[in-house]
Amino acid sequence: MRILVCIKRVPAPGARINVTPDGQAVDTAHLGFAMSPHEECAVEEAVQIVERVGGSAVVLTVGPAEAEEQLRYAVSLGVEQAALVQTDGADWDPQRTAAAIVDAVGALEESGRAFDLVLFGNESADSGGYQVGVRVAYALGRPMVNGIKRIEIGQGEVTATRPTDAGAEVYRVPLPAVLGVKEGINLPRYPTLKGRLNSKKVEVGLVESNAVAGGQHMVKLFRPTEQVSETVILGAGADAAAAVVDLLEEIGVA
Amino acid sequence: MLLVVVEHDRGSVPIAGKEALTAGRELAGRLGLPVAALVIGAGAEQAAEAAGAHGVGPGHLATHDLLSDYGPEAWGETIAQAAIVLGASVVVSVGTDTGNEVMAQAAARMDQPFVANCLKVADDWTITRMRWGGSLLEDTTVDAAIRMITFAHHAVEPVESAVAVVTSSFEPGLEPEVSRTLVRDRVVQAAGVTLSTASVVVGGGRGVGSPEGFSVLEELAGLLGGKVGCSRVVTNNGWRPHSDQVGQTGTKIAPEIYIACGISGAIQHWVGAAASKRILAVNTDKEANMVTKADYAVIGDLHEVIPAISNEIRRRRG
Ligand SMILES: Cc1cc2nc3c(=O)[nH]c(=O)nc-3n(C[C@H](O)[C@H](O)[C@H](O)COP(=O)(O)OP(=O)(O)OC[C@H]3O[C@@H](n4cnc5c(N)ncnc54)[C@H](O)[C@@H]3O)c2cc1C
Ligand SMILES: Nc1ncnc2c1ncn2[C@@H]1O[C@H](COP(=O)(O)O)[C@@H](O)[C@H]1O
Repeated sequence: MRILVCIKRVPAPGARINVTPDGQAVDTAHLGFAMSPHEECAVEEAVQIVERVGGSAVVLTVGPAEAEEQLRYAVSLGVEQAALVQTDGADWDPQRTAAAIVDAVGALEESGRAFDLVLFGNESADSGGYQVGVRVAYALGRPMVNGIKRIEIGQGEVTATRPTDAGAEVYRVPLPAVLGVKEGINLPRYPTLKGRLNSKKVEVGLVESNAVAGGQHMVKLFRPTEQVSETVILGAGADAAAAVVDLLEEIGVA
Repeated sequence: MLLVVVEHDRGSVPIAGKEALTAGRELAGRLGLPVAALVIGAGAEQAAEAAGAHGVGPGHLATHDLLSDYGPEAWGETIAQAAIVLGASVVVSVGTDTGNEVMAQAAARMDQPFVANCLKVADDWTITRMRWGGSLLEDTTVDAAIRMITFAHHAVEPVESAVAVVTSSFEPGLEPEVSRTLVRDRVVQAAGVTLSTASVVVGGGRGVGSPEGFSVLEELAGLLGGKVGCSRVVTNNGWRPHSDQVGQTGTKIAPEIYIACGISGAIQHWVGAAASKRILAVNTDKEANMVTKADYAVIGDLHEVIPAISNEIRRRRG
């Protein structure tokens, strides 16, 4: 199997998300970066599938030069090849991002076989547009199901399970296919020593794209209004138990 | 015309679907647009009744052999064709996983932008939407022949306002190929209290220290008829299954009280707990974000505090 995983570099904020004074971006002055959790699981899933059935995995991102950090992290987990469509740093809208990924898939497939599977996250952690994977799949003419928490590879098809409030839906989709996965599908591993060495050596392939802007334009970012409440300290240590149970009784849950 | 795509499961319209009907009706009224409902698949008649009860009609019932059960490509194609044939300039649905999925499918087919998880639409079409699961907001504009948006779940209260239900049938032309993403099988879970519906959630974070450490949380949750939740550090350590995770990439909870033990209160955790009626933080650090943002707090080691609470409950019950 040849598998492509699409990831996005996002800031990793702590207690709150601060916005730059012009309202155009998250203030990342004191932040580290990561890939979205759903995508980390997509990478892990690709590596596990390759371990089970053979083949290789490729990781792709559309982002600034610094996104190499996330690509190399994916390689440290067991992905073989990495590709970058370089932006000027500003986030591309979903239509443009999808078009750039389609260009990159074309370029990467030219140099080898078609990808049997293209994996996405269910939604990106920062913009959460719920659409890039769907748009890519439609442009490639391939089937796509989002929200997947279990993947089994069969003969020329993949069985994919999506949890719902009432239980789960099961899909059987012919390959080549596109799937969006959710955190919880697996437990991502930590980089191994060998993986770390590979990630230092791997050459990140640059892919060109002429994708043009789509119809959605960000005007500004801002924080939702927080309701500031004074915290009532019920006590310290075990001695607080009586006050806590008073509260639980008062609200009718104890 | 503003077309509301009605979210339903074989006829029954969940709260989320009623929210989109309410939001769509309100928006159409404000924009001076006629409004209509698109109901896809089995149970469409019944779902169209619910649309009418929320002021959205006439109902277009999409029927086709390939629409008997859910399938993202079949539904997306149907929405795209209906939007064009019926002459919609705005298409509205709800920001659930399936709502967003089918709207993305439809938008891809029409090469139109799609704005997911909106909170409000201003008269000048400045749209406020959620990022980071709601921790950050964005104002956005769209250049589009057909504006496609979903309203975030919980962004509006469903309000009934009955109109007479007139229905007509709409038969899309579907390629057999779309059958490749139809649901093939369903696993039905026994109904019961879940993390998202529990009235008490006792959550544990890194401060719990180990998988075994959760036994004191299990005990308290058991006494209160609640559920145990956890932070992402806990799932990443393999201490609890991901289905217990509260937060942006986990479950959003809304209990009467959330007892958050040994959890620092990172924004991605907070956004999953913010809908709780009350939050009680138990933490050794009185400066922890969870403590400063909570309604109530106990400062101390959860391994002393939680068993003491369980003991006190048992003592009072006699
Ligand atoms: C895109 C993205 C999505 C994310 N999604 C989620 C999500 O869905 N859910 C989620 O939870 N996180 C999520 N995270 C991770 C999040 O940023 C934090 O890393 C995580 O929530 C921290 O978990 P924690 O509070 O258990 O651990 P820590 O931050 O390490 O906090 C541990 C706390 O325990 C307290 N403590 C220690 N010992 C004790 C004791 N004996 N008794 C009482 N208190 C004690 C400490 O004072 C501290 O406050 C996400 C991150 C990213 C980047
Ligand atoms: N800039 C990007 N580069 C590569 N993949 C991306 C990018 N943005 C989004 N994706 C992928 O598309 C998925 C859905 O993103 P979104 O539509 O933004 O919610 C993400 O989980 C990623 O797998």
